[in-house]
Amino acid sequence: MSVYFTKDHEWVRVDGDTGTVGITDYAQGQLGDIVFVEVPEAGRQVDKGGDSAVVESVKAASDIYAPVGGEVIEGNAALADEPSLVNTDPEGEGWFFKMRIADPSELDGLMDADAYRAFLADQ
Amino acid sequence: MSETDLKLPLDAWHRAQGARMVSFARYEMPIQYEGIIAEHRWTRESAGLFDVSHMGQLVIAGRDAEWGLEALLPADLAILKDGRLRYSLLLREDAGIIDDLMVTRRGDHFYMVVNGATKHGDIDHMRTTLPSGVVLDHMTQQALLALQGPKAVDVMARVAPGAEELTFMTGGGFDIGGVRAWISRSGYTGEDGFEISVEARNVGDVAALLVAQPEVKPIGLGARDSLRLEAGLPLYGHDLDETTTPVEADLTFALSKRRRESGGFPGVQRILTELDKGPIRKRVGLFVEGRQPVREGALVVDAEGSEVGKVTSGGFSPTLERPIAMAYVPAAAAVPGTEILVEQRGKIFKAEVAQMPFVPHRYHRKGASA
Repeated sequence: MSVYFTKDHEWVRVDGDTGTVGITDYAQGQLGDIVFVEVPEAGRQVDKGGDSAVVESVKAASDIYAPVGGEVIEGNAALADEPSLVNTDPEGEGWFFKMRIADPSELDGLMDADAYRAFLADQ
Repeated sequence: MSETDLKLPLDAWHRAQGARMVSFARYEMPIQYEGIIAEHRWTRESAGLFDVSHMGQLVIAGRDAEWGLEALLPADLAILKDGRLRYSLLLREDAGIIDDLMVTRRGDHFYMVVNGATKHGDIDHMRTTLPSGVVLDHMTQQALLALQGPKAVDVMARVAPGAEELTFMTGGGFDIGGVRAWISRSGYTGEDGFEISVEARNVGDVAALLVAQPEVKPIGLGARDSLRLEAGLPLYGHDLDETTTPVEADLTFALSKRRRESGGFPGVQRILTELDKGPIRKRVGLFVEGRQPVREGALVVDAEGSEVGKVTSGGFSPTLERPIAMAYVPAAAAVPGTEILVEQRGKIFKAEVAQMPFVPHRYHRKGASA
């Protein structure tokens, strides 16, 4: 199982052809208190870099982009009642959706944990 | 943040307190310290310290200052007693709102606090329209703090003895930690609280003294916005601008009785017509169905999807734990309980016109029990 990161601060944990997507601890810290998350429904097709979810903090709405393309298998229903999971456990319970990755080669341009840490150091 | 943004007198202090700074009203300002919801709740339960030194503090002096200002504002300044504050509006000839402000009679002059983003325009406007002989001084070396919340009075009794005796919308001169200050019982959160004007060179000492009190934490602009939204208080540049009138904005309390009768202020014709016949549209509060906030810029639409109004402020209420908003809607819909539709990014939200304030004010009014 490997985890990849985007420059927009999403992560995708890959297990076979399944990916679990969320936002990083850095991203939730930047957004502040999260009060609403709209996750995609099962069956929806998402494109790499395309809109896949919306997260609303107290002060603003932000689009969340899909790190890779594919079909959504499940949105995290727990976020409807407890959006603050994204603040408290962004890289665990606060995941956004699971998907079937259409083309694993789309993972090639993403960063691993070390590269993402180096990327953050430059922010 | 823009390179041309100005720094507040307390800039280094904010950063040392862990603030995240953003650009606002051409200043670098603290948006949050520990987090907006925690800061919001702290203010409602204890006392929050806000740095509002970006706002314009003005002194308007001269024998003709009273009638000179009455020619620009709908306030009755003739009956304003020494040490009393009034909320008022700088108006255009077409009744559009140039700015909203607080004006205080202070001895032989008037002290005015105007919005940070509009202060230079206000000053130009007043300097060109006030009669000759009236002098407007922009107190650029003056800082402004606000201490807001139910425990603010306990703090003030300790650090600025005597100030706790003030009632809502009154002010006076007091010492706070050995520093001379103008303190008023007023604010922008709906809570009891105080606003404290001190020289910029002393504001670091005063802020440090206040935040050293166990009831006090520093509060950023983010919670300032969510607090004032819950209190139903409009924000200039969002809920008010030069295209909105006092009647549309539901600020008729700022139109004093004598001035309605005697007139003599900009926009009086349109204002009297709107008071008589009702405005076309009106600022209202909204409860938004569901959990997702609607934001400034979202459209109020009719059943066919046509635009009939707009959301001017919107967010999540930490106190009510639901999304709330302010919007301009057709006057016929401006009745609490009316169901309306809002469109945001292609999605339709149901909302209900709500009585404002969303969260009751807790001002310390004269004669009210403590």
